[in-house]
Amino acid sequence: MQSEVLPHSGLRTHSPAGITFRVYFEDAGVDRAMPFDLIPRVIPKKEWDRVSKGLQQRVRALNLFIDDLYNDQKIIRDGVVPADLIDGSEHFREQCRGISPPLGIWAHVCGSDLVRDGDGTFYVLEDNLRIPSGVSYMLENRQVMKRVFPELFADSGIQPIDEYASQLFDTLASLSPRPVEYPNVVVLTPGAFNSAYFEHAYLAQQMGVELVEGRDLVVDDENNVSMRTIAGLQPVDVIYRRVDDAFLDPEVFRPDSLLGVPGLMRAWRAGKVALANAPGAGVADDKVVYAWVPEIIRYYLGEEALLPNVPTYKCSVAEDREYVLEHLDQLVIKPANESGGYGMLIGPHSSAKEQRKFARLIRADPRNYIGQPTLALSTCPTFVTGGVGPRHVDLRPFILSGSQTYVTTGGLTRVAMKAGSLVVNSSQGGGSKDTWIVDTSTGGSN
Amino acid sequence: MLARLAEQLYWHGRYLERAEGLARLINVNSHLNLDLPGKRAPGWEPLVRITGNSELFESLYEDGSGERQVTRFLIADERNPGSVLSTLSLARENMRAARDLLPREVWEQMNRLYLDVSEQISGNLSKRRRHELLAELILGSQQIAGVLMGTMSQDFAYDFILIGRYLERADVTTRILDVRADDLLPGESDELPPFESIQWMSVLKSLTGYQMYRRHVRLRVTGPDVLKFLLRDRLFPRSVVFSLKAVESLVSQLPGEDDRALRATTGLMRHLDSARMVKLKGEPLAKFIDEIQVEIGEIGQHISLTWFGSAPE
Repeated sequence: MQSEVLPHSGLRTHSPAGITFRVYFEDAGVDRAMPFDLIPRVIPKKEWDRVSKGLQQRVRALNLFIDDLYNDQKIIRDGVVPADLIDGSEHFREQCRGISPPLGIWAHVCGSDLVRDGDGTFYVLEDNLRIPSGVSYMLENRQVMKRVFPELFADSGIQPIDEYASQLFDTLASLSPRPVEYPNVVVLTPGAFNSAYFEHAYLAQQMGVELVEGRDLVVDDENNVSMRTIAGLQPVDVIYRRVDDAFLDPEVFRPDSLLGVPGLMRAWRAGKVALANAPGAGVADDKVVYAWVPEIIRYYLGEEALLPNVPTYKCSVAEDREYVLEHLDQLVIKPANESGGYGMLIGPHSSAKEQRKFARLIRADPRNYIGQPTLALSTCPTFVTGGVGPRHVDLRPFILSGSQTYVTTGGLTRVAMKAGSLVVNSSQGGGSKDTWIVDTSTGGSN
Repeated sequence: MLARLAEQLYWHGRYLERAEGLARLINVNSHLNLDLPGKRAPGWEPLVRITGNSELFESLYEDGSGERQVTRFLIADERNPGSVLSTLSLARENMRAARDLLPREVWEQMNRLYLDVSEQISGNLSKRRRHELLAELILGSQQIAGVLMGTMSQDFAYDFILIGRYLERADVTTRILDVRADDLLPGESDELPPFESIQWMSVLKSLTGYQMYRRHVRLRVTGPDVLKFLLRDRLFPRSVVFSLKAVESLVSQLPGEDDRALRATTGLMRHLDSARMVKLKGEPLAKFIDEIQVEIGEIGQHISLTWFGSAPE
């Protein structure tokens, strides 16, 4: 990955105010630019510690939930969640039934999106349990800030974030099926033309492990996974895979996949290799499953959720559905299995025609939709044309689960660059900010 | 080190050297055509044959094999996988996936070189512009080699780039000699000595070897001496034996028990040492060069099988 603030030391202005910047990620011959805003987002450490506990609780419950779904399905038998929750889920993998991965953990790297409403409460907006990305932006943003404002970091209680790569490595290493001191960990990428390739390369480099493609790996008849090196085949213990389930193993999933490794699933099932995240973990980041997370936490942990969900209407429930259909102009409607802000209806900003279209979609496939009230989402001051203005933000912390649990100090703050817009996704022109978790008790001011 | 990345770096090294060699080849032919009077001039058709793309050329260019067509085909034609442009693009593509193993400046330099050259290559380059552009390419390739040497740890990734570069260089130098051999077919050997001397000087200059030849050989420029210099000199970095010695020393440090690549390289050097230069002119020279090229190809195959092969250990 190459990120650079220009000219030379880094800053290239692209706004008349002269103070918004882009972090450039040069890959595959394409410049991927994510607008980077220099005004950091500040969160007091005390508040963050509470959020962090809530995230750990949530991910612990989600992992127990996934493990249950692929094994005994007690939560369904006990009638806590409806059975069609899995039947209708695009990311439920029948091929994973009966498997218990090391430590019972399926989602080793989770990226949950948080928003804050008018009264300052943090809500979880969604969980990303498949192959969440963005952590490299978080790390690079901090590098840029340190270069541009070194004096700010000297004595202000801003908590460091740089240990992510070491934590990720330790998490992955703890999954190794071989009890060796230095297990062979690799990052599996779809290749240089994938839009997140720079992040794959960056993380591999930061962890000091090989970045492999499917064709570099081979599974033998005894289910051993190896990589092809100039010194012959070398064993592989843990694969941090950034390839979608569907492309992971042509023997089991899409037979036309050239990105995957034939036999990888049987090696995983036989416990010869660890996959992070485990195939099938995506079943729990379905937006309908999301609606049930408070019940899921209560069921597995006997605790109330420390971090609330955004209130959510489940269109599969008749009463909720009627409410949603009557209030399409006020709600945000999300399809269960889309991400990146696609396929959504934002009620207050929608036309009558769009609302009619969503009414049809919901009636045709109620299970696939949820409705949420539009929150008075928090904003952060952001450099914009003509000065500084408020822009909506969200926050994506990353939660690592292995023999230990780790939550990033803060996370990636994404910012909608258009006034009033609620869409922060980088694929739709969103930008990002550095996120400062500041310990006010150890001096410094914020 | 991943076999795939080693292979890509090896091919990066080969393609970049090939692009540079092709630039040198075109420049030597331009000089020959300028230096030699009328019907003695070699023309351009031999270049197509020497680069091994006659069939493709004939299918693409039906209006003749003059300077315009041949230089277009060899420099800017993307339909020709062996053109300067295609080769340079392959050098870049092969570096792309492995670039995280290299200092960042190297990838930037490779990109800049490709973008500069591809931007300036157009259908109708004037002779002068063509010469300048090819000289720029040669210098750009040398810069990449320099940045690598000055900033990269000499690990396996570095070794594979160098193996590719030196093996290709041995091949390129024999091809440049081929241009000369082609021009000396039997029946034309009554050529006047002054012309012959001029032609061999052109060959030396195309390999930036004239000055070094003068310093180290200290003889007037004659065919057998130039051949000896370009094939066997132990100090000149573009001579075939120098390049093969580099391959030999790099290959001997690579992991594995299989020493076929090493043995093939040593064997070829012995073959070169045993050749009698005075006898090498005209057809015997062309034949000798063919043999050398076949052996270079065999070394390449052994390298691929030994370190990039998908056969289990």
